[in-house]
Amino acid sequence: MPETQTVRRVAIVGGNRIPFARSNGPYAQASNSDMLAAALDGLIDRFDLEGKKLGEVAAGAVLKHARDFNMVREVVLGSRLDKATPAVDLQQACGTGLQATIYIANKIALGQIDVGIAGGVDTTSDAPIAIGEKLRKKLMAVNRAKGNGDRVKALLQIRPGDISIEAPKNGEPRTGLSMGEHQAITAKEWGITREAQDELTVASHQHLAAAYDRGFFDDLITPFEGLERDQNLRPDSSLEKLAKLKPVFGGPDGTMTAGNSTPLSDGASTVLLASEEYAKANGLPVLAYFTDAQTEAVGYVKGEEGLLMAPAYAVPKLLDRHGLTFDDFDLFEIHEAFAAQVLSTLKAWEDPTFNKVKLGRDTPLGPIDRSKLNVNGGSLAAAHPFAATGGRIVASLAKALDEKGGGRGLISICAAGGIGVVAIVER
Amino acid sequence: MPDLYQQFTTSFVGRQLAPRLGLPQPPILERYRPGQRTVEGAVLVGAAPGGRLVPQLAKVLKDAEAEVWTAEGELREAAGEAGLSPKIFSVNGDGSSAAGDQRFKALVFDATGISDAESLKALHAFFHPVARKLRPSGRVIVLGTPPEDLDGAARVAQRALEGFVRSTGKEFGKGSTSNLVYVGQGAEDQIESTLRFFLSPKSAFVSGQVTRIGKGGAVPAVDWEHPLKGKVALVTGASRGIGEAIAETLARDGAHVVGLDIEPLADDLNRVMERIGGSSLTFDVTEDDAPQKLVAQLKAEHGGVDVVVHNAGITRDKRLANMKPETWDQVIAVNLIAPERITAELLKQDALHRGGRIVGVSSIAGIAGNNGQTNYATSKAGVIGFVDALEDEIAAAGATINAVAPGFIETQMTAAIPIGIREAGRRLSSLGQGGQPVDVAETIAWFASAGSGGVNGNVVRVCGQGLIGA
Repeated sequence: MPETQTVRRVAIVGGNRIPFARSNGPYAQASNSDMLAAALDGLIDRFDLEGKKLGEVAAGAVLKHARDFNMVREVVLGSRLDKATPAVDLQQACGTGLQATIYIANKIALGQIDVGIAGGVDTTSDAPIAIGEKLRKKLMAVNRAKGNGDRVKALLQIRPGDISIEAPKNGEPRTGLSMGEHQAITAKEWGITREAQDELTVASHQHLAAAYDRGFFDDLITPFEGLERDQNLRPDSSLEKLAKLKPVFGGPDGTMTAGNSTPLSDGASTVLLASEEYAKANGLPVLAYFTDAQTEAVGYVKGEEGLLMAPAYAVPKLLDRHGLTFDDFDLFEIHEAFAAQVLSTLKAWEDPTFNKVKLGRDTPLGPIDRSKLNVNGGSLAAAHPFAATGGRIVASLAKALDEKGGGRGLISICAAGGIGVVAIVER
Repeated sequence: MPDLYQQFTTSFVGRQLAPRLGLPQPPILERYRPGQRTVEGAVLVGAAPGGRLVPQLAKVLKDAEAEVWTAEGELREAAGEAGLSPKIFSVNGDGSSAAGDQRFKALVFDATGISDAESLKALHAFFHPVARKLRPSGRVIVLGTPPEDLDGAARVAQRALEGFVRSTGKEFGKGSTSNLVYVGQGAEDQIESTLRFFLSPKSAFVSGQVTRIGKGGAVPAVDWEHPLKGKVALVTGASRGIGEAIAETLARDGAHVVGLDIEPLADDLNRVMERIGGSSLTFDVTEDDAPQKLVAQLKAEHGGVDVVVHNAGITRDKRLANMKPETWDQVIAVNLIAPERITAELLKQDALHRGGRIVGVSSIAGIAGNNGQTNYATSKAGVIGFVDALEDEIAAAGATINAVAPGFIETQMTAAIPIGIREAGRRLSSLGQGGQPVDVAETIAWFASAGSGGVNGNVVRVCGQGLIGA
């Protein structure tokens, strides 16, 4: 590295996404590539990127077909960007979108590129289904066989019982528990009540509906397949309605329902990032700056910590690096994978015992001002197409800070595998 | 190993039939496997306001890597001081809890703060919401202050804890046990070995018991996988049955076991000692010069002894009307006089190391009496007297003396009992079954542990809270 290397400020120029749809809904026929292409196309229009060569496009999908190994590059090749724009597929479960943003931002900060796009896409309607492991191994043996005789012999090894399919599982490989079941354990361990979860859910729907009504998303979303708003949004959601739902995780006495958990969904998002010089030279707006980020992980396999609790560790680390406290933030974007996840994390930050024992802090990070939390709605209302969530949050937070005329925002996203990705955005 | 009736009630057919016929369904008890954690599963901790044991309790649970739960508030923060970050168990006004179907492996309550009868309701407040949330082979442990150390209302209230613990032992079922531990003032640092024992599957057949912990000097660092590492343990009657299990268990815990038995059983004894890497001694403990020779040999070959388990015992059952004086004498000589004389000789020759442990083996017969066992019951009640009589002298020597009182234990001896009496002995207990020799051995290993310096003068029944003698 040359000694003159400096770190540049990274501007968030804007974003574009397609409305998020419920699984097997309007986007049932759309592939990941189709959706990412649609979101990218809107971004190209919005910022006049047609024919331009960008530094890099980074995006990813959690559920991806094997044939889509170079999905993002293929999407770029099919887009109106200059064909010489490189691209990369990244994947970090639900942290994918934010991690792609960190990847592009870091390259811009280091001067390796001047402009780039981060994004993410996921479909649960067009999920990759593989053939069963026994059949696959035997077919591979057929493939290896030399000569027709051996090939037939190998084929004859296949038994009816070998024929099966493997669908992707929404579960942790090492525990066999789904994410919801894991979070149900954490919710119990933190004493999170059903009422508190339902209240957070209602707020999410109300905030998202209000944001749509005042036109907040007009320059953040392009309609797709006839959908103009997030399909999961229930503007009339209420505590009474949510109270009627049966628990889906944590057994019959559980507190987590289909209402206060995010549904399976489809969608895509993109964010345009650039150096300040590039933005100025190209007449692009700067909504906010992507300041810094932190990725942490926790052990959860033996119950050492909750699967989705890594952000509780990542945030203090990031804040300490900048000498910041919660009072220094104007907005908080905590990804609502489950209402209980947000509430467990908030409770941990307020809890003197957790702070002392797990974080080594004598004074708790403290509560956050709830009126600053997910002010334009969260994943509970918008839904959560895994890799698309990060881009949705980064673009929405940047715009919200721009609207306020300045301020500082915190992003916190939990992910499978005990991972947490958090970031600071400032204006 | 489950007995025949248990094998039936846990079989497919038995599982269907037993509840319909109203037959008892004795649970299969969890037993300790080397390498497992002290307590595998959630431990809910509570305390009456003003309790003095929470810091020590939290420290033990942290060292034991237990999954701890508490209510929010002072108790949880106190646990935080000890480096624990307990999970939160909060009860709503209507008795429900955000923890939903969460179940607990152990419920531990520090009742030392209970100072009068009125404040006993802290027991109800803690246990009521979780009375149906104890997992199979669960543990209830209540910690109190010895009533005899207190006066007035506090003394009354602390004595009252016994009734509660004995009742939860009968009520909670599913192989759970319930025990009361009285911790003397200033003995807070002595609780670890006892807590670990009652939390773990090692105490599978010990229920409804009251243990007292007193000051026991500085607590050494204990390797809880091998709490007898480097110790020499004498086990009398070690060739078979309970004695064999004791020898095996003490060897598992790291002791070099010196097994003793009579000449005719030498082959059995040698086999056991070979298996566990111990040494054999053949003596008839009732012979006049046996104690002196035995102790001299222990000093010569092992430099003395750390643990002595007076397990050798015989029965010669006869109704008193038919009993000859020799029959009476034989039983008293082996069961009571031999332990007394050997112990006296150990002290005389200064062969018991500092931190030594003397363990007597009493019997439920010594507590409740038994038809046809006047001689045996007298000897076994005498073992309790032996503990009482030596308690202070042994403590002064920096050692401890305690006894176990086995109830119905599945051995060759109990297999010979007629079926009617045998079944009554098995089923008429909170756990609805007989115990295994290893259950007695584990209890002895707890007394013998290097960490049990504060456990002195106790007689603990290993009886599954049998109704007989209760």
